[in-house]
Amino acid sequence: MTLHLVIDRGGLSSTLQDVGRFGCQRFGISGSGAMDAVAMRIANALVGNSPDTAVIEMSMTGLAATVVGGACRVAVAGAAMPMSVAGRRVDGWRSFDLAEGERLDFGAISDGMYAYLAVAGGFAIEPTLGSLSTHSRSGIGGFHGRALAAGDRLPLLGAPRGPDLCLPEADRPRSDGPVRVVLGPQDDHFTAAGVATFLSAGFRVTSRTDRMGAQLDGPAIEHADGHDIVSDGIVNGSIQVPGNGRPIVLLADRQTTGGYPKIATVIGPDLPKIAQRRPGETIRFVAIGAAEAATAVRDHHRLATGRLTRLRRVARTAEDLDSAFLLGLDLIGGVCSALDGQPVEST
Amino acid sequence: MTGDAPAPRLLDAGDGGLVIELGETIDDRLNATVVALAAAIEALALPGLHEVVPTYRSLLVLFDPLVLPAARLRAIVAALPPPRPASDAERRLWRVPVCYGGACGIDLDDVAARHGLATDEVVRLHAGATYRVHMIGFAPGFAYLGGLPTALHTSRRTDPRPKTPARSVSIGGRQTAVSSPLEVPSGWHLIGRTPVRSYDPHRTSQPFLFSAGDAIRFEPIDGATYERLCRAAEAGEIVAEREMMP
Repeated sequence: MTLHLVIDRGGLSSTLQDVGRFGCQRFGISGSGAMDAVAMRIANALVGNSPDTAVIEMSMTGLAATVVGGACRVAVAGAAMPMSVAGRRVDGWRSFDLAEGERLDFGAISDGMYAYLAVAGGFAIEPTLGSLSTHSRSGIGGFHGRALAAGDRLPLLGAPRGPDLCLPEADRPRSDGPVRVVLGPQDDHFTAAGVATFLSAGFRVTSRTDRMGAQLDGPAIEHADGHDIVSDGIVNGSIQVPGNGRPIVLLADRQTTGGYPKIATVIGPDLPKIAQRRPGETIRFVAIGAAEAATAVRDHHRLATGRLTRLRRVARTAEDLDSAFLLGLDLIGGVCSALDGQPVEST
Repeated sequence: MTGDAPAPRLLDAGDGGLVIELGETIDDRLNATVVALAAAIEALALPGLHEVVPTYRSLLVLFDPLVLPAARLRAIVAALPPPRPASDAERRLWRVPVCYGGACGIDLDDVAARHGLATDEVVRLHAGATYRVHMIGFAPGFAYLGGLPTALHTSRRTDPRPKTPARSVSIGGRQTAVSSPLEVPSGWHLIGRTPVRSYDPHRTSQPFLFSAGDAIRFEPIDGATYERLCRAAEAGEIVAEREMMP
């Protein structure tokens, strides 16, 4: 029997996602991809995958799955989600092994919205239009174009066993704070008061929020001259304001074109902040200029790649922490204990 | 880009998107310029350019700002010669079979009644025009077409349907459309269905058929032909004829 991950319970909405589908937006194909690409890349790095390998994205309530046909290494990053392996509690932001037949079981997310399960080597599944990302609404990509369900058998590529790694707490991304936007492309379709409302008020994330977009509630943003435009292209992070004046942040599974004016666009580095905000939480927007956005992107890239060089080796048991083990360490910046998650040595 | 047309507006769509806005109307010539601009930018094969998305009246350029800084992209776009729209002889023409009315087009009689026309006359007018694909958007393969005869302009339904049949041919305002091979919500009037799948991921050599700038003509078919062509399309055939504009 070849190596598979067998889904025992799909959870609320667990889908395969990678960096997204490029090059087909002109044919009406949504970009899709991980809602929190930062967490996806961390999960991949923890199991030794290239950062853009497809992962399982889970939301609200997680899946349960059993590995068959061999052992595999996995890691979880992103939203806080309780999980266990064969009944033993395990932590996020670190890799761990599933022995053949062992069951990995996730609970309900307690903080954030999306968690990412990376499997060493990735999935042996053919991409659709260049990507493994799932767009459930149009049935494209991933595992038969849909969310995972009990009984699904996901073939795995498998990978040579590397060191167990964890990401120190100080390096874990945060999703609090204001969300940076660049005004436009249609900010001139709003009154000065409308733009001021957008940039000064807090907007509450409503329950009508999903992978397509975050529908926000708050004071109405005033249009200058009606709320219809001749449809044009939409990007990940476009903030459109329909007739009711309440903004919608269009996200990974967005439609490709739209006919409402877009007051601003969330910068790429801040997209995970939107994705990980839960219904009821508040978002504030702050406008930055194009040059500032370019700097923010470079800083973000430096931070994101930098943290992946600071992964630490995990000591799995107290016995592992003897001097021979510690002397044998020759990698990546130190070690943290699986017993308390704290670094026990650093270089 | 200079020329007799007004200078395009370059608008930021975040850190990885640039909108090149050539106008704010639905117009064949404007759209032809957008399509030509898309081709001109693609031909540059710029490292860091992800894709271009032509729409009615603007071009969205998506790029990796770490490889292709926005300021550099703006300078490149500003220095482009004015895009030259393709002549008709350079355009593709698709002949798309449509089964009008009945179960395939439940709003056809209503559209006819609104305009005081016989149903056959609506079909004759709709299938007698040559349309331009202004853009593919909203859903996979959904083609927005310009060129609807004035006599058929019909304002959208006041109650959009949450689901409409795959491959519907519909009328909304001054436009007509060939819908996606998926069920999509729509407030447009459904006048027929085509067996043609404008998008089919299993047709790996050609997953997409129509592109912005293409021409489309509709050819009425009966129910039996529709069923036969649906089976052929299911088996991977394109079932639309493609030629160059006469």
